[in-house]
Amino acid sequence: MISEEQVRHVASLARLGLTEDEIKEMGGQLDAILDSIEKIRELDLADTPPTANPLNLSNVLRPDEPRPELPREEALAPAPDPADDLFAVPRID
Amino acid sequence: MAEENALQTQERRTYQAVIGLEFHVHLATRTKMFCGCRVTYGEPPNTHTCPVCLGHPGALPVANERAIELGVMAGLALNCDVSRRAVFARKNYFYPDLPKGYQISQFDEPICLGGHLDVPLGDETVRVGITRLHLEEDAAKNVHVGTSGRMHGSVGSLVDFNRGGTPLMEIVTEPDIPSPEAARATANHLKDILRAIGVSEADMEKGQLRCDANVSIRNPDGSFGTKTELKNMNSFRFVEKGIARELERQQEILESGGRIEQTTLHYDPETDEVHELRSKEFAHDYRYFPEPDLLPLELSGSYVREIGDRMPELPDAMRARFVEHYGLSPYDAAVLIADRGLAAFYEEVAAEADPKQSSNWISGDFRALLNESGTDVGGSRVTPGHMVELIGLVGDGRVSRSAARTVLDEVFKTGDRPAEVVEREGLGSVEADELDGVVDGVISSNPDEAERVRNGDKKVVGFLMGQVMKATRGNADGGRARELLLQKLSS
Repeated sequence: MISEEQVRHVASLARLGLTEDEIKEMGGQLDAILDSIEKIRELDLADTPPTANPLNLSNVLRPDEPRPELPREEALAPAPDPADDLFAVPRID
Repeated sequence: MAEENALQTQERRTYQAVIGLEFHVHLATRTKMFCGCRVTYGEPPNTHTCPVCLGHPGALPVANERAIELGVMAGLALNCDVSRRAVFARKNYFYPDLPKGYQISQFDEPICLGGHLDVPLGDETVRVGITRLHLEEDAAKNVHVGTSGRMHGSVGSLVDFNRGGTPLMEIVTEPDIPSPEAARATANHLKDILRAIGVSEADMEKGQLRCDANVSIRNPDGSFGTKTELKNMNSFRFVEKGIARELERQQEILESGGRIEQTTLHYDPETDEVHELRSKEFAHDYRYFPEPDLLPLELSGSYVREIGDRMPELPDAMRARFVEHYGLSPYDAAVLIADRGLAAFYEEVAAEADPKQSSNWISGDFRALLNESGTDVGGSRVTPGHMVELIGLVGDGRVSRSAARTVLDEVFKTGDRPAEVVEREGLGSVEADELDGVVDGVISSNPDEAERVRNGDKKVVGFLMGQVMKATRGNADGGRARELLLQKLSS
């Protein structure tokens, strides 16, 4: 069982503001996910290498060649409040 | 009471620094780690970005082949084991310079593990262990608005993404660096190696090489004390001074019976003080997991060998070779090899001219000219052939050493051959009979001084020599002129 404290911790790491009700709800959902993982752990997987990607490929690389870049106006267009050609963010505390 | 004092004295004596360094190095690629944006320095902000390095949803990273190669090269130069398999991972945290909410890094399967670096320190060598070396991407640059350069007291932040995504190599040493001085030497030596093999320009001022330190004092029983982390010391001198200051601070705390708190600190060179960084935002719970958008790297033995075969000579090996092969002192060899271009230039010259003279001219006058004008060997008009010719002219006595300096200045400016310059500027050595006349003239126009030399006052010889040099515009062979003077005034 995942504790409410753990839910709160994970939420704060993900910068999510959850209400008390949501904390309970998420706790239940996370439990269900962890239960599924537990089920997999019942299997003997000693000879199965961990798989992070289903593609059986490696070394997909690109040459060190410049590619087209975004014009600055376009790069800054989605920013709510750019200043001096820079992205502006609130004070960091 | 006496026992307590004895204990204190003993503890005092056993204070021993434990220092580990963590380096972040910009790799010398043309483009970023996971996209084709150019790596630049000092360009107008936000002029080298794309959806990948801005972290736009759906944009996919592809690793830069050259960055992998440079990582392997650095690993080989640091005597590491290059991993057969390396995996990129997401390091999750929130900061405005990290648009995706995670940094792509390597975690449990880094590109290189376990190596060492033999650091020259005075007459000794300190072996510094390398724990790991991994590849990642640099964050963007926060331009903090506010009076101090740091976050504290800022009213807001502005972000420039030109740097975001620059290929970054992290190198972590074992905590076996014995002193602040050794820490500085380690950073310096690492810089020399990385530059020599072309992995990074490693210019600290440009932020291409950054250094953090883990600092603690060993407990009297030999176990590790609590460590603090000293962040981002931005010059070699500050690496030494910052660590020295932190050790002093820890020692003061221990001596007054206090306890060291594990914390992250910033060194302020202005005040020579360390300040605690507000570290709320660094959760240190990064929830690493394999980056699903990138595939694993498989580095075969033949791939690694092939890179090893192409690697330029390492500074230690080159220094040893210069001492052995050219008969230079370790110091002279070190001056030359500190600049790869200069070392290559030297080798071309020393193949045809006296190696010792070549070293004197190249690391002395020539290097001074390069430094003054801010050019490098490649951009200079002086060729190895010019230098061979100049050294030959001096060796044959056709040009005096001091005139040869003027010749080199002129060759440096014009790119003309030394012999031409000598001819054109009339800088050839004064011929023997001409010199004889000059010496006679100097003696007759300075009768008092001449008399004093005749009476055994050798101090005045210098003055007469000066007159000879003046009369020949420095083109006389000093040894011969002195000989002549003494001969003529010997009775």
